[in-house]
Amino acid sequence: MKIGIPRTLTYYAYYPLWESFFKELGCDIVVSDKTSKVILDDGVQYAVNDACIPIKLFHGHVHNLKNKADYIFVPRLMNYTEEKTVTYCPKFLGLADMIRASMDALPPLLDIKIDMREKRKYRREEFERVAALLKTSPRKAMLAFQKARLHLSRYNTMLSGKLSPDEALKLLLDIHDLPAASSDPLSLAVVGYPYLLYDEFISAGLIKKLLDMGVRVLTPEMVPPRELNKAAKALPKDLFWTFSNQVVRSSIYYLQSGSLDGIIHVTAFGCGPDSMVDKLIELEAKQRAVPFICVSLDEHTGEAGVLTRLEAFVDMLEFRRDRK
Amino acid sequence: MKITFPHMGTSPIAFRMLIEKLGHQAVMPKRPSEKTLSLGSHYAPEFACLPFKILLGTYLEALEEGAEMVITSGGLGPCRAGYYAVLHDKILKDLGYHIDFVVLEPPQKRAVDFLKKLKKITSGNSMSVVWEALSTTWTKIKVLDEIESMTYEIRPFEVNKNETTKIFEECLKIIDAAWTKEQILSSKGKCLELLNSIPVDAARNPLKVGIIGEIYVVLEPAANFDIQRVLGEMGVIARRSIYLLDWTKDNTFFKGEEHIKHAAKPYLNQMVGGHGTLSVGNTVLYSREGYDGVIQLAPFACIPEIVSKSILNKVTKDLDIPLLTLFLDEQTGKAGINTRLEAFVDLMYSKRRLKQGVVV
Repeated sequence: MKIGIPRTLTYYAYYPLWESFFKELGCDIVVSDKTSKVILDDGVQYAVNDACIPIKLFHGHVHNLKNKADYIFVPRLMNYTEEKTVTYCPKFLGLADMIRASMDALPPLLDIKIDMREKRKYRREEFERVAALLKTSPRKAMLAFQKARLHLSRYNTMLSGKLSPDEALKLLLDIHDLPAASSDPLSLAVVGYPYLLYDEFISAGLIKKLLDMGVRVLTPEMVPPRELNKAAKALPKDLFWTFSNQVVRSSIYYLQSGSLDGIIHVTAFGCGPDSMVDKLIELEAKQRAVPFICVSLDEHTGEAGVLTRLEAFVDMLEFRRDRK
Repeated sequence: MKITFPHMGTSPIAFRMLIEKLGHQAVMPKRPSEKTLSLGSHYAPEFACLPFKILLGTYLEALEEGAEMVITSGGLGPCRAGYYAVLHDKILKDLGYHIDFVVLEPPQKRAVDFLKKLKKITSGNSMSVVWEALSTTWTKIKVLDEIESMTYEIRPFEVNKNETTKIFEECLKIIDAAWTKEQILSSKGKCLELLNSIPVDAARNPLKVGIIGEIYVVLEPAANFDIQRVLGEMGVIARRSIYLLDWTKDNTFFKGEEHIKHAAKPYLNQMVGGHGTLSVGNTVLYSREGYDGVIQLAPFACIPEIVSKSILNKVTKDLDIPLLTLFLDEQTGKAGINTRLEAFVDLMYSKRRLKQGVVV
């Protein structure tokens, strides 16, 4: 059986989990192609016009898998942290339903609900449903999921302080391997959701461009979970969304570290949670007098535009540091 | 203490009474105007949703009048409205204002926190005074909701244009003046009398439209360009799916939404925050009850309503019920909305005629 996994959204944070789970059950995996103009255009065509770019891209990636798989994996990711009160953006929660309503003639969707807060009984029911679809036993499915969780956590520990999955991984490897151009590079926190930062097409190669400028890039994934939990205390109330919490907390962590030259928030046009996140980071940065810009990405974002803004920001930071 | 609160439909009338009964001074929030919105939009994040901007503008206006405390609601997400208060607070502090935010979180999850905050407002009053104030407010909201919903039934039949609106304004004044439970109930009687005295043309057969969507823009006429009144004037019965009292019930101790969620199940079997799932469920219910159409109201970039809009496209196709989605933001103009409403009403009429076998 072939499972198609869209190369976007949860892919960049949870791919090891999905991969290990399906392989353990003897399924083949096909990942959609890297984001391209065609995938973006397909996404724009199928998704509801008010959706944000990441959701449109998801539609595009699903379309890309149309004739390649027996099932398309669209996880209904509810909660996958130690924290009980957080979930994901509402658009993640209703993703499978959105896809079903707006795209025809797809292979069946495999919408596994993942909610670590739920009682065992409900989780077992979910595994029974999934096992029937995958023609395996619920016990096997549950064991495979346990194994996959271990796999992901090992993976995360191994990479903590350093990296993230796949080409993100490769990209981040570059961050560490690249000899800094100057002996004392600027330290820039580049914060944003993994599906924006590490998707080279949609982010217009933002991280690479910064690296080429000889800047030291710090991303949310590099902050150890313990430090993130500490940073959470700076806010009176947690945000409701796992990825947003990671972004805000890592920003606070980097700001508190005191050695930061600037902070770049990468966001998607029309992202609901980010309207909150962006202002929070802006205010935190303002308090500590750290320069801040927001780079908003959409279907019209061009490489040149992004590059110009980054260059201007970095120039400004260098000027500021020289003056000090 | 000078206390203010968000402006939402007719509810300020009831909340003013509550605050004054508890021995504070109420700074009445103004009905959101263009000035309110442009104030709010100026300081709010660009992509914050419309209610966030309107509320921020409302608070800024109240601050000018000396408000010292804001009472507002919190939430558990995943809709961002639950985080409004934190960010409003931060933005206002950044602007140099000092204002105390009392955020009432849904009590079923944080009962102790809820009571603590309640105490902040009620301290100095005996339990019986607090209880009387709360239960009278409850009654007032109920009466306000009832009277308001009646106007939407009467207006499409009114013989003299604008009469219902005039009488409704009178009713609001009468209810506003009522201060005890008995007075409120007798004011309700008076209002009913007034409303029933409006001359109507019972022979009309108006269209029936259900209004669904995000709670603030559905409840606040200033945010939705008085859509229910405008539709009424066009001769359409416009009923909305949300009333303040339902919302208060559903978010405190009671559960009243189960049948709506059940109706949404075949399309969206998952709570997506805000009123997203209910929008889908209510569309199914409206279609079952033979409504001529559904209008979805949502702030621009509203997360839950985008999810439901994408699903509603399929629902309306399956159930053959027309849907008009209006995403509202600070750029939205009254004329644009009215044009779209007129077109939608025309469409529903021709659909009805088609059903009756009349060739259009």
